[in-house]
Amino acid sequence: MTDDLERRLGQPPASTLDMIALRAALARRAANDGLLDVAYSTYESPLGPLTLAVTPRGLVRVSYAHEAVVEQLDEIAARISPRILHAPARTDGVRRQLDAYFGGTRQDFDVPIDWRLVRGFAGDVLRATARIPFGAVSSYREVATEAGSPNAYRAAGNALGSNPVPIVVPCHRVLHAGGGLGGYTGGLDRKRFLLRLEGVLPA
Amino acid sequence: MHLPPFETLIDAHATELHRFLVGCVGPTEAEDCLQETFMSALRAYPRLSHAGNLRAWLYTIAQRKATDAIRRMARRPTRDLDGVDPAARPTPEPIDDGLWRQVRALPAKQRTAVTHRFVLDLAYAEIGARMGTSEEAARQSVSAGLKRLRREVAP
Repeated sequence: MTDDLERRLGQPPASTLDMIALRAALARRAANDGLLDVAYSTYESPLGPLTLAVTPRGLVRVSYAHEAVVEQLDEIAARISPRILHAPARTDGVRRQLDAYFGGTRQDFDVPIDWRLVRGFAGDVLRATARIPFGAVSSYREVATEAGSPNAYRAAGNALGSNPVPIVVPCHRVLHAGGGLGGYTGGLDRKRFLLRLEGVLPA
Repeated sequence: MHLPPFETLIDAHATELHRFLVGCVGPTEAEDCLQETFMSALRAYPRLSHAGNLRAWLYTIAQRKATDAIRRMARRPTRDLDGVDPAARPTPEPIDDGLWRQVRALPAKQRTAVTHRFVLDLAYAEIGARMGTSEEAARQSVSAGLKRLRREVAP
């Protein structure tokens, strides 16, 4: 039974929501109020789209697995904070440095790293890896040694394979001692691309 | 206990929450209320004890923001209900604003229930779930709201 009143109620005031403006306003207000624990964006790199995530402490994630962004963010929500917003402006610092790196005008990243997705020995391995300069390479055993456990080169390999901030922490500079490329979190094609970019492999 | 990234709540619920708020407070105030709803939710989010019904939780906050906005508007009698600046209206004049003004004047529970029912076209069970009450209580709130509207908008 629908009477005139119910028919009129069924025609509510029309309006459209500007989602882009809403997201921008929320990101800005959240940052101002100290509520933006994790800001993320997509960065179009020569290696495909990357998901970037930053916290007030620094860069926490660079991910090649753009198609799995939901899973990536889920992990960050569980391990750092669920206060995660799409907020590209907050990732501008690292975006500019990536632009310059891929454009050939920058060799070193100086964005602070938030290491909270890394635990224990893996952190020591990745911090050692972060010290390998542009154009140089190291081996799994060398980074394990640098990290304080020369025999833990397999564990070092695992740590590099799960590097949450590839490119910026240059795990692509770690190769097999015998000269083989070893593995790479983004696949060997990307490792070769980065090593060519840095002049380690012929262009 | 695992909470999803807050961004997914915006993706999943912003559009419908906005429609709900437009029904509750009109198009101009709705944008503010929606922002305030998400800001309050974001502030409280990490302290939520369960991720069970995030939608109902968001609607509880939105209902509160709508009530606040309606009180604020009532304290500004010289100001048009839908905002001071006609040029800033995001949408054309609603077709039946007179009736929706009456809806805004309903007690909060009735207003929320009527808006859920007629703007979002929900079943009573779902309205009850979102309002944290029973199906029957939701039905009664809608019915009481309609009764009051019939009395007030009667020609």
